[in-house]
Amino acid sequence: MIRVLLARLFQAALVMLAVTAVAFIMFRYVGDPVSVMAREDATQAEKAEMRVALGLDQPVIVQFGKFALRVVQGDLGISFRNQRQVAGLIAERLPATLELVFVATLISLGLGIPLGVVSALNPHGWLSKLIQSVSLVGISTPTFVTGIMLILIFAVTLKILPSFGRGDVVQLGWWSTGLLTGSGLRSLILPAVTLSLYQLTLIMRLVRSEMIDVLSSDFIRYARARGLPSHYINYRLALKNALMPVITVTGLQIGSLIAFAIVTETVFQWPGMGLLFIQAVSFVDLPVMAAYLLFVGFLFVAINMAVDVVYALVDPRLRTGP
Amino acid sequence: MFGQSGLKPRQCVRAAGLAASLGAGLLLASAIGASATTLRWSSQGDIATMDPYAHTESFTSNMHHHIYDPLVRRGRDLQIQPGLATAWRIVEPNRWRFTLRQGVKFHNGNGFTADDVVASITRLLHPDARARGNLSNVERAEKVDDFTVDFVLKGAYPLLLNDLSGIFIMNKAWLEANNAVTPGNTTRNLTTFASTNANGTGPFKLESYQPDNRTVMTVNQAWWDKAEHNITRIEFRPIKSDATRVAALLSGEIDMMAPAPLQDLARISGADGFKVIEEPSLRLIFLGLNSREQLLGDPGKPNPMKDKRVRQALWHAIDLSTIQSRIMRGKSRTVGTMVAPPIPGYSADLDKPLAFDAARTKALLTEAGYPNGFKTRLDCSNDRYIADEQTCVAIAAMWTRAGIQVELKTQSRATYFPLVDKGETDVYILGWATLPPMDGYSVLSALLHSREGTFGGNNPNGLSDPRLDDLTKKASTELDEPKRRALMTEALRIVREEAYFIPLHQQPVAWAMKRNVDVPVFADEYVRLWFAQVK
Amino acid sequence: MALAASMFKGLIGLLRIRRVGSGLLRLIRSRPPLSVIIAGIVTAIVILCASFAPQIAPTNPLDLASFNLLDSELPPRWAEGGDPRFWLGTDNQGRDMLSAILYGARVSLMIGGGAVLLAALIGVSLGLIAGYVGGRVDAAIMRLGDVILSFPTILLALLVAGLARAVVPEAASPRMAPLILIAAITIHEWVQYARTVRAATMVESAKDYIKAARVIGFSPARIMFRHILPNVMGPVLVLATINLAGAVLTEATLSFLGVGMPPTYPSLGTLIRIGNEFVFSGIWWIALFPALTLVIMVLAVNVLGDDLRDRFNPKLRGRR
Repeated sequence: MIRVLLARLFQAALVMLAVTAVAFIMFRYVGDPVSVMAREDATQAEKAEMRVALGLDQPVIVQFGKFALRVVQGDLGISFRNQRQVAGLIAERLPATLELVFVATLISLGLGIPLGVVSALNPHGWLSKLIQSVSLVGISTPTFVTGIMLILIFAVTLKILPSFGRGDVVQLGWWSTGLLTGSGLRSLILPAVTLSLYQLTLIMRLVRSEMIDVLSSDFIRYARARGLPSHYINYRLALKNALMPVITVTGLQIGSLIAFAIVTETVFQWPGMGLLFIQAVSFVDLPVMAAYLLFVGFLFVAINMAVDVVYALVDPRLRTGP
Repeated sequence: MFGQSGLKPRQCVRAAGLAASLGAGLLLASAIGASATTLRWSSQGDIATMDPYAHTESFTSNMHHHIYDPLVRRGRDLQIQPGLATAWRIVEPNRWRFTLRQGVKFHNGNGFTADDVVASITRLLHPDARARGNLSNVERAEKVDDFTVDFVLKGAYPLLLNDLSGIFIMNKAWLEANNAVTPGNTTRNLTTFASTNANGTGPFKLESYQPDNRTVMTVNQAWWDKAEHNITRIEFRPIKSDATRVAALLSGEIDMMAPAPLQDLARISGADGFKVIEEPSLRLIFLGLNSREQLLGDPGKPNPMKDKRVRQALWHAIDLSTIQSRIMRGKSRTVGTMVAPPIPGYSADLDKPLAFDAARTKALLTEAGYPNGFKTRLDCSNDRYIADEQTCVAIAAMWTRAGIQVELKTQSRATYFPLVDKGETDVYILGWATLPPMDGYSVLSALLHSREGTFGGNNPNGLSDPRLDDLTKKASTELDEPKRRALMTEALRIVREEAYFIPLHQQPVAWAMKRNVDVPVFADEYVRLWFAQVK
Repeated sequence: MALAASMFKGLIGLLRIRRVGSGLLRLIRSRPPLSVIIAGIVTAIVILCASFAPQIAPTNPLDLASFNLLDSELPPRWAEGGDPRFWLGTDNQGRDMLSAILYGARVSLMIGGGAVLLAALIGVSLGLIAGYVGGRVDAAIMRLGDVILSFPTILLALLVAGLARAVVPEAASPRMAPLILIAAITIHEWVQYARTVRAATMVESAKDYIKAARVIGFSPARIMFRHILPNVMGPVLVLATINLAGAVLTEATLSFLGVGMPPTYPSLGTLIRIGNEFVFSGIWWIALFPALTLVIMVLAVNVLGDDLRDRFNPKLRGRR
């Protein structure tokens, strides 16, 4: 098992190194950093001085080394746009995005599992077919269209939910939460629902196919033969066994959800990392773009590692070696 | 428009001031009491930084003005009036002496003195300060005594007050205590306390600043001036999308939006409990033209736009009145010159566009040797001016119909303006409001003079006319106002005659708010909430 | 147009393969559900309309001289104030919405289809090489794929499209924008093909006829492309169908966010972006019709893709 873990760790380090290299290339070669940063009327002498100050006169490998070292220390540079530490900017936006993703995940699990079970227990019933059709429409509608429609219905026409932003937030140390205030919770509803739709469909389909698999397996057939009550078979035996992969996929999906939040956050002016990133893109704020890339890369690697470790612990077949 | 809020409001100000001082005790008591009045408002952009010297954006300056005060400021009539300085005189042509206001306190309780002015100007003129170009004619500031400061200039300069109206004064002790004496700098990987915190003398104090989310200010009860507003708290929330911003206003989440999108004005003013206020802006939109040897859109051939007839043909081919009625929804004013009526240098005689005339376009192009048109690029921003992208698409369509092959490219301001600045455009859209000086000279020095030294900073495409250079230099040192204005008008006359630029329209300022909110609208597009009344 | 036609051929080709595939005969005989038939018809109509947009559309929205600002914001023909010339009304420039949508769908399909083709081409080639050659080459390709899959499509696409604008001044021009969008989508999507083909190739390589071919001394290229490729094309075509829907959505999202197609050469996403500014102003048709078209188009392709996948994967058979 240790060998498996070490291999995974090595791979993770490799991925992070690659991501860092991409971030570095972006930072260093996309446009001339000096011309981006210098004032419009800067003289050639000033620019040359800047070049030295930025270390751009050193060999590329040295520059990369320094860049990587800074990244490891959590120093992600300063945003071109508002001259603040990028690490601080990201830390400030992290709670908004994580809360949005968390609530969206709750919604998709809370609705996706029951709907999946319903359509698995009676795959040819009208309810199941309806769920299937709606889910197909769901994944075929772009997030931004869904978001605009929800705003139009619930904020503009019915005026019962806020159309943008986070509402009031409460500061818990460095973490700002919108989960503890009424307006914060109300503000969460539309963006979280919008973000959850894609994952909801995914979870529902997964639960359905896993359930059907389990229900047709031998041990369920034996259980039926033994005359166990059907609700016990369906929910205690079948669902429990079908949920393991669902949990895994949900975990793995969190990273995608954070990236997908870019669109949702843009539509709802949600002050999270996605909005930070999209504004960095339109301002060509390279340090922020690079940092966001590094952060999401790190998150993915961490989540994948965690899932692998859990699997290794749970699955005896992977426990090889001493 | 501008004239409407001309002299009368000034009297109003006095009257209001009187009333305020009469009932000051009572009002103060009630303001501190239960009636906390919050104004929640939204705009499309956000504050770039809290450091007044680390940016060159007019919106950010506007926001800072609520927290910081300049030495001289613009009143309700947009005329210059005393701010932190109470009086000034020219000691020598290059030395101005300012008497400072006494008894002013910064938000942290520190007293305001000449040291603060000297420290601020030194910080602003530091090579790392992005905004140092805003005071390019000043050499340094010198303390005379605690409440007297001298400004030493590089030469005679008539517009010092205009420049100073945009320069905010910071607190020396606070800067020193927080290690922010020099401005932040991206190159040195340096960010200062002052880019996220603020300590001014202004009507409001900064309570919290969360970029892209919310900035909260609370009233400064100890402000040196009599408050003409009745709000105790400002909540600013940026919303980029027009549609979302309108939705937020209509659903009651914000009290005011500035600007309000033109396409939604009818709907907002038709809705119960909302109103729209409008005024012509000082900002004029025009097209700049490439004056170099070749066009980027058709390299290898001589530039047709060097021919005056071609430039005029391009102008004649634009149906300005349809753009005005359809895209600007009747809210703009078509123009023929480069400055708005209230600006020194303006002349009504010049303010007539060339008529939309397809036959004339054809004739002029034929005369110039381009009967079948030519190829050119048209570059535009899509998030800077009102309906900029739509205007450019419409112009591209009109020129195409006139036989000119146009390649239109629209992009975000962040990538658009560097492109324009490098001169990598043939025809480009530009808006100019002559801010902060509010003077025609800013057009002459930045746009019309050939690019050399501090001149022609926004003349990237090789426009060079000795007559314009000469008039600019004369106007820069002319201290006799009527003569100075005549010089500027003459320059604008040449520009129109030669069609060096194609003026399109004067933008409207349109804000929308709840009926119980009263905020005066200003032609310079500044939101001045120290004049806001919420009933 | 050629692209749409070739995709249509691809679909037909896929059906032909199934007909030959002996074990799946029963499946072919079973009539597909009504929804799939409808989806097929809708897809066919959309592809035909997009392919022949220049012939069908009342005007050419790409020709700036063809529309007049004086016709701007006319409602659909049947609504009050509608103009008989414009079935679905006009946009804020006076452009005929019907024509704009037909051309927009064409642009969306061209970019989506282009991205799918390019991704399949790269993915299949790399997958074949990885699976056949194995060893370090295999490891390198697959690790690269792992790194890329660490990032969601939309993030990578935004990054590529955004950076392209910073590097290439021409990136926003009508000529360059589609190529950049195709590249932005492809950079993520090829990995799936590579993984699928690699796995299939490894299975095939172990079979006797490939061993025989090797012994005979056929060149690796010939073995890969002549012998292995035809046997792994089925899953690739299914994947391509499913990915087409995703690629069209990704393109629409990028255009909506403002890093996609320019307003003078609009895709459906660009049309929705333009229309979005007007949704609350009572000028609903500018956003609604392109959005409906996009959803219907993607939905139809998704239904087809789902059906194909279920048919191809016997394990999932009968689950719908």
